[in-house]
Amino acid sequence: MKKLARNLETPSRQWYMWVIILSLIVLFGVYALIRQIQEGQIITGMRDNAVWGIYTANFIFFMGLSYAGALVSCSFQLLRIQWAKPLLRMAELITVSTLIVGAPYILFCLGRLDRIHYLFVYGRIQSPITWDVIAISTDLVFCAAFLYFTHIRDFAKLRDMEGLKVAKWRKKLYGILALNYRGTPLQKKYLHQAHDIMAAIIIPTAVIAYSLLSWLFGMSLKPGWHSTIFGPYFVVTAAYSGVALLIIIMWLYRKSRKLEGYITNKHFNYMAFGLVLLTMAYGYFTFSEYITDWYNQTSQMSALLGKFTDMSQYGALQLFHILFTMFVPLIILGLPWFRSINSITLVSLFIVIALWIKRYLIVVPPLETPFIPIQDVRPEYVQYSMTWVEISLTVSGLALIVLIFTIASKIAPIIPVAEIEDVEDTAKPLIRFQTKGA
Amino acid sequence: MDKKDKKNNRRNFLKNGLTVGGSMLAMGMGPAIAKDSSGEGKSSGEKIKVLTTDGKVIEVDKPKDDCKIDPCEPPKGNAARQGIPGRSFVMVIDLARCKNARKCIEGCQKGHNLRPDQEWLNVYLMKDHEEGEPYWFPRQCFHCDIPPCVKVCPVGATYKRQDNIVLVDSDRCIGCKFCMAACPYSVRIFNWEKPPESDVPPEDYSPEASVPAQIGTVSKCDFCPDRSREGKLPYCASGCPMGAIYFGDKNEDAVSNGTETLRFRQLIKDRVGYRYLDELGTVPNVYYLPPVERMFDYKSGLNDLPEEKKEVYKDIMDGENNKNN
Repeated sequence: MKKLARNLETPSRQWYMWVIILSLIVLFGVYALIRQIQEGQIITGMRDNAVWGIYTANFIFFMGLSYAGALVSCSFQLLRIQWAKPLLRMAELITVSTLIVGAPYILFCLGRLDRIHYLFVYGRIQSPITWDVIAISTDLVFCAAFLYFTHIRDFAKLRDMEGLKVAKWRKKLYGILALNYRGTPLQKKYLHQAHDIMAAIIIPTAVIAYSLLSWLFGMSLKPGWHSTIFGPYFVVTAAYSGVALLIIIMWLYRKSRKLEGYITNKHFNYMAFGLVLLTMAYGYFTFSEYITDWYNQTSQMSALLGKFTDMSQYGALQLFHILFTMFVPLIILGLPWFRSINSITLVSLFIVIALWIKRYLIVVPPLETPFIPIQDVRPEYVQYSMTWVEISLTVSGLALIVLIFTIASKIAPIIPVAEIEDVEDTAKPLIRFQTKGA
Repeated sequence: MDKKDKKNNRRNFLKNGLTVGGSMLAMGMGPAIAKDSSGEGKSSGEKIKVLTTDGKVIEVDKPKDDCKIDPCEPPKGNAARQGIPGRSFVMVIDLARCKNARKCIEGCQKGHNLRPDQEWLNVYLMKDHEEGEPYWFPRQCFHCDIPPCVKVCPVGATYKRQDNIVLVDSDRCIGCKFCMAACPYSVRIFNWEKPPESDVPPEDYSPEASVPAQIGTVSKCDFCPDRSREGKLPYCASGCPMGAIYFGDKNEDAVSNGTETLRFRQLIKDRVGYRYLDELGTVPNVYYLPPVERMFDYKSGLNDLPEEKKEVYKDIMDGENNKNN
């Protein structure tokens, strides 16, 4: 505990520099947004056919990453998986930060941000956008509550810790946030119940929220969107991207904070195993979708599939996506002589990038392939190309996530100490199996 | 009763009385506030002299001779959601007559204060299959009976009226563009930048006239109900030099292109009218008469076009040239 708490002590010059750089990147994104509001969305790349560009792709991407905490961490909690304990807080932080950062992207698509309250004042329950607003705000509240509950015991430990070199106001803050948790049996029981209830609620909430998001597209008539597989497909893709991001975060903290004692080879191995399973599931869904669309093609679908096989259009992106989400992970993670902590992390990084490309391929090419062919002289109306506004808002979104992690890991240790140290504090297993040994 | 009770009684009485009285006042005023200002009547403000039956000369209000449907003023705000009662507007486009004169587009843009690159109404060069001959295809909004755009609007800014027309309320639209993504026929356009200046002040905005446009909102063909109130055809129908666009009323079973008025159902029966992409299930209200026995060769529609516009049809023209060789 002492070693982990050292990271929380008065921040160094380096830390402040890092926070300032990240804040500047975020502020530049805010500047881009203000310009967009003032001058209109003409300064983005969106036009009458490709009405949604990388804002929507980013939205789906970040929401998908939130499954790291929502699905993965909550499943670990409910199934009482012991080896995963050091990873829980990182996963939950991923969820909350990606939900906070990802949700505004769909709002950047709005042409009239001054009328944003109309979504609540005049909201129509028949619209998929309204379903999304309700689902995502519910998901965010639940995940934020869960994140807080898992911090309470650590706040209590920090409050009671002797010799913690932090400012007086921070010590007081820990006291307030710990909510007078003293480790009495009744408090332990209630807190554990709260954990279980939230974990049990969050899993279906996350599945529902992401399915509703997929139906924004799936329920539309467009070729490339009108697919019955979209609900389950998006859920699997989200879990896949969440696990990959969790591996990246594990590697980053292990390197920078020297946490080799807590995040070991075993953790990377087990996570890699989960990643392989998800690669196969994702590959199955992707293959199923494309082969069904390909075997008997409608004429509109031909136009779209033609763009995916043409190297001068989207062929290169599609090839990168298929290679790094379906084949490379199986080779690198499946064959033991390629598998190492660094290779697992590198593969995860490429998976995350490839899945962003996949979201882009879901949003933009179908919009550029409408039923009535585009006969427009303006090239920006025929093909979407992003501008500095959209790029800077994407980069500042990523910077904001890193910033949230930087600040959160100064508030409480990134490894949930109470979970690891209080070993006797294992409640009844949720599902009892007839096995010998743990 | 002692003093405290008396004071409470008075306080309660005042509280109850004001609550009941205030709510009654509000209920009474409610309808008055909600009443739309559209029933302005048919007077144009001027006075004319007329002779009565017993030889007296009196002055009466000069009627607005433009007004055929009461009320004449296009309704504003939520009143525009009702629609003109008893009407069911429909359009028939004769593809045998269209030669890409694009006067329909010009009329529409002029009437609705659009820039030349903003096309509510577009004329496409369509070629159905290898053996078919290309033809010109004007496409307005189809004002579908099951509109995918209306279904997905999160704030109810676009709606279907009882007179068949689907309108957009620019005061309500938040610019999410979901309707644009949902429409299979690509009829909607977006105001990405500040729209052109309009003489109509913002407080006179009516969704039926769709002017002035607002930045960050969606707009589309509105079947010109403001023109129908004045007894006129939409800008496209009256602007077409070939009379290719017929507009009318399903309930009256009559459509007109300005020169001739035909029986709608008979026209569709005789000329085998069809609807574009009918199988999508949106139930459109624009019918097309197939390009049989055309008046003009489709190539004549390419003559007056600028070079960059001709580039757009290159794929079709190349296919045609290969076929002929």
